Amino acid sequence: MYRYDQYDQAIVDARVEEFRDQVARRLSGALTEDQFKPLRLMNGLYLQLHAYMLRVAVPYGTLDSRQMRMLGHIARTYDRGYGHFTTRQNIQFNWIKLEDAPEILAELATVEMHAIQTSGNCIRNISSDQFAGAAADEVTDPRPWAELIRQWSTFHPEFTYLPRKFKIAVIASDTDRAAMRLHDIGIQLVKRDGRIGARVFAGGGMGRTPMIAPEIAEFVPAEELLSFLEACLRVYNRHGRRDNIYKARIKILIHDLGADEYRRQVEEEHVAVKALGLDPPLAELDRIAAMFGDPPFESVESPLVPNGDAAFAAWLDQNTSAHKHPGYRVVTISLKPIGGIPGDASADQIDLMADLAERYSFDELRVTHAQNIVLPHVAARDLFAVWSALRDAGLAEANLDLISDIIACPGLDYCSLANARSIPLAQKIATRFGANGRQQELGELKLKISGCINACGHHHAGHIGVLGVDRKGVENFQLLLGGSGAEDVSLARITGPGFSEDGVVDAIEKVTDLYLARREDGERFLDTYRRLGMEPFKEVIYG
Amino acid sequence: MKLLTGNDLVSGDVVWWTGSGWSRHVAEATDVGDGGEAIARAEEGARRVNVPYLVDAVATADGPRPAHIKDRIRALGPTVRPDLTLKPADPAAGSWVI
Repeated sequence: MYRYDQYDQAIVDARVEEFRDQVARRLSGALTEDQFKPLRLMNGLYLQLHAYMLRVAVPYGTLDSRQMRMLGHIARTYDRGYGHFTTRQNIQFNWIKLEDAPEILAELATVEMHAIQTSGNCIRNISSDQFAGAAADEVTDPRPWAELIRQWSTFHPEFTYLPRKFKIAVIASDTDRAAMRLHDIGIQLVKRDGRIGARVFAGGGMGRTPMIAPEIAEFVPAEELLSFLEACLRVYNRHGRRDNIYKARIKILIHDLGADEYRRQVEEEHVAVKALGLDPPLAELDRIAAMFGDPPFESVESPLVPNGDAAFAAWLDQNTSAHKHPGYRVVTISLKPIGGIPGDASADQIDLMADLAERYSFDELRVTHAQNIVLPHVAARDLFAVWSALRDAGLAEANLDLISDIIACPGLDYCSLANARSIPLAQKIATRFGANGRQQELGELKLKISGCINACGHHHAGHIGVLGVDRKGVENFQLLLGGSGAEDVSLARITGPGFSEDGVVDAIEKVTDLYLARREDGERFLDTYRRLGMEPFKEVIYG
Repeated sequence: MKLLTGNDLVSGDVVWWTGSGWSRHVAEATDVGDGGEAIARAEEGARRVNVPYLVDAVATADGPRPAHIKDRIRALGPTVRPDLTLKPADPAAGSWVI
């Protein structure tokens, strides 16, 4: 894992003290809320429905047990005993007091964490593949690159006030586990003629105008990546729409300019930027990469033995994945217990996951964009012990990528922007399909719920998506079908008129029943939908 | 009726104007009539609340009930965590929101 150097620690510590002073000035009345709001947002502090909410960055979703325990400590000491893991691989605390915020940030800084750039019109937390460094199919570990981009983008003076927020994802496999092409910039590391470089996509996103990012460069050499990104951001910063918040994201600019013209301008800018010598020497990337080296894996292969326990066998099959090193598995801990709140974990559960990481996963954890937690390196012989501990803590739901593994935003239960509640709907759907083997019969089915058009719940990327809207003061839910955030990326389409909360659960049952009736061998729900098209599904929903 | 609500500056708690101060309990809120905006300006200036705003509500036997679900959720707490609401021991509290 990356460890702060003296510069990292110094700027984070300085930022804490700066914010401590700003909070004191707000509490004394020296600052009005209008003056203070942009300052607190730059430090991840929002004001939501019930209280202040603090969003803490987890760079590329990677953290160690010491950092995870700190999150548990904050949940227990300053919040109400739990935290909420988000689709940006971060964590949010929902019940923060303003007067406590500086001390929380100071405590985070002691374990090399912060809340910088988790809000505002800047480059947000860099996201990545939660299987990075463990995946059997990656060409290289994407995290050193994500870290390099983190360092470049942190407090970048030119990109602190962009037209709008800016999200970057980095992956290194053909399998996309990070919704890479639904980012402002998506980077896929590839190997060509023995050299690592980057395919760069730009102008993707969800929100009110969902778009899939077109390819801007097919291969940017490693030694030029930062200057290329600088050029991408400069063109956006120069021409992005600051006059209209709904048209301010880079996806609108690239759509309006056309990908070819945007690419031409970026390439022209890149020539100028390269000459400035902004790119670090490759030795710097090597220095960072050295901190992400493989842990000392044992070379002894141990077989996967289900142990005769049916629940363990189901979890082993559903929630563990191939590892690049023989004898190891990647474990995904579901934060989606049937009837629970997607992404929530209690302080005790957070502590337990930290303990398991320390004991069984070389001290590493990952947060996934699907609001789960990964133990990336677990020896096969330890899987039963890990599962047993998770089971005792209510964390052993065997539902990864099944219909109850729902991404859901906080919705109207917490969020001041939401129009409808996402969580109760997620609970009803999970309860409807979570018993009697129904979800296993359906197989892979990614269901995603957003409580408003801002799409924090990624509903456009759901095989089944749900969007909550406000219809004359009453919650209403639109159903969407056919989206994907994976390598087969696509945007879901609305089926038609919306439903009540119970009505949309019934509609989902109808479309899944149709899938079961019409699927062909090996087809997922998404495959059957793509083969049949929307009409048969609309027919069963609306008659 | 119209209620004045906001979030406490220090704690962030949802608060309601009672006529003489702020309460966490919407049942203690008072109808501010046409005077709400002036109260909001004065209270925001006094640094006691953040972003105070007016909401429509209906008078009931149990006190004012905000017209919009968002404000009813603000008044009680998250519907998915009854234990974190202002009425954790009242099993019927959720029906007041919905």
